Amino acid sequence: MPPLEEVKERIEQALPGSTADVTDLTGGGDHLRAEVVYDGFAGLSRLEQHKLVYSIFEGEIGGPIHALSIKTVIPLAGNDGSSEQRTIPLAGNDGSSEAAGNDGSSEQRTEGAR
Amino acid sequence: MNNEEIRAELKRAIEEEHVMLFMKGTPDAPRCGFSARVTQILNASGADYSAMDILPDPRIREELSGLSGWPTIPQLFVNGELVGGCDIVTEMFESGELAETLGVEQPARPETPAAQQPAQAPPLQIE
Repeated sequence: MPPLEEVKERIEQALPGSTADVTDLTGGGDHLRAEVVYDGFAGLSRLEQHKLVYSIFEGEIGGPIHALSIKTVIPLAGNDGSSEQRTIPLAGNDGSSEAAGNDGSSEQRTEGAR
Repeated sequence: MNNEEIRAELKRAIEEEHVMLFMKGTPDAPRCGFSARVTQILNASGADYSAMDILPDPRIREELSGLSGWPTIPQLFVNGELVGGCDIVTEMFESGELAETLGVEQPARPETPAAQQPAQAPPLQIE
C-alpha cells in the first residue's frame, strides 16, 4: 500500500497547482480519503472531477488502495477554500451553479499539518 | 455465463431500472460501509430502487467498471446515467440535489438518514 505522503505527492504532481490532503480513514492504510483543491476542476462535473482523481491511481483502486474517498474543491480567488461546484448535468437539472470566473490569481491554500 | 452475457445483463439493468444501485451485499445485508451508506440514503430518500450485489462473481465488478469508467463500488445509476459513488451520493444528499435527481421530494431532515428499512425491491442477481 502506498504511504499517505506518496498518494498526496502523486495527486499534486498529476494535477499541477493542486493541493491534496490525504488521510487514513481506518488506520489500516488502505482506506484513504483525499481532499483535493484544484482550479482545473472548474468546468468539470463532479463526476468528471472524481474520475480525474481516480485516473491517477488506475489499477490500484480495489487493489493496494482498497478504497479512495474523494472530495473535490474548486478554489475561488480570495476565499477560504469552500467550494462552489457545477451540478451534475442530469435530466431536469440546468447545471447553473458554475464556479465564478477565475482570474488566475487564486490563492493557494497552505498545507495543513501532516 | 460468459463476460459478454454479464455485460449485457448489466447494461439491461442500467437502462431499464430507473434507479439502479450496484453494491457489495444487499440492501438488507450490505457488506461494505460505503454500500451501506448509499442504501441508507436511498431508503431515507424514499426512492424506489433496484440493487445488484457485485460480490458473487468478480467478473461483475470488472464488467461494470468497464462500462461505467468508475473504479469503485457502490455505483448509483439514475435513468441510465452514472450519478456517482458513495462520496458524490452523500454530497448530493446533503445539498438536496439527490432528491431532484431521483425525482422524489427531499426528506425533511436530510442530514439524518432514517434507520434502515427493507429495500423496496428484492436485489437482482446474476446467476
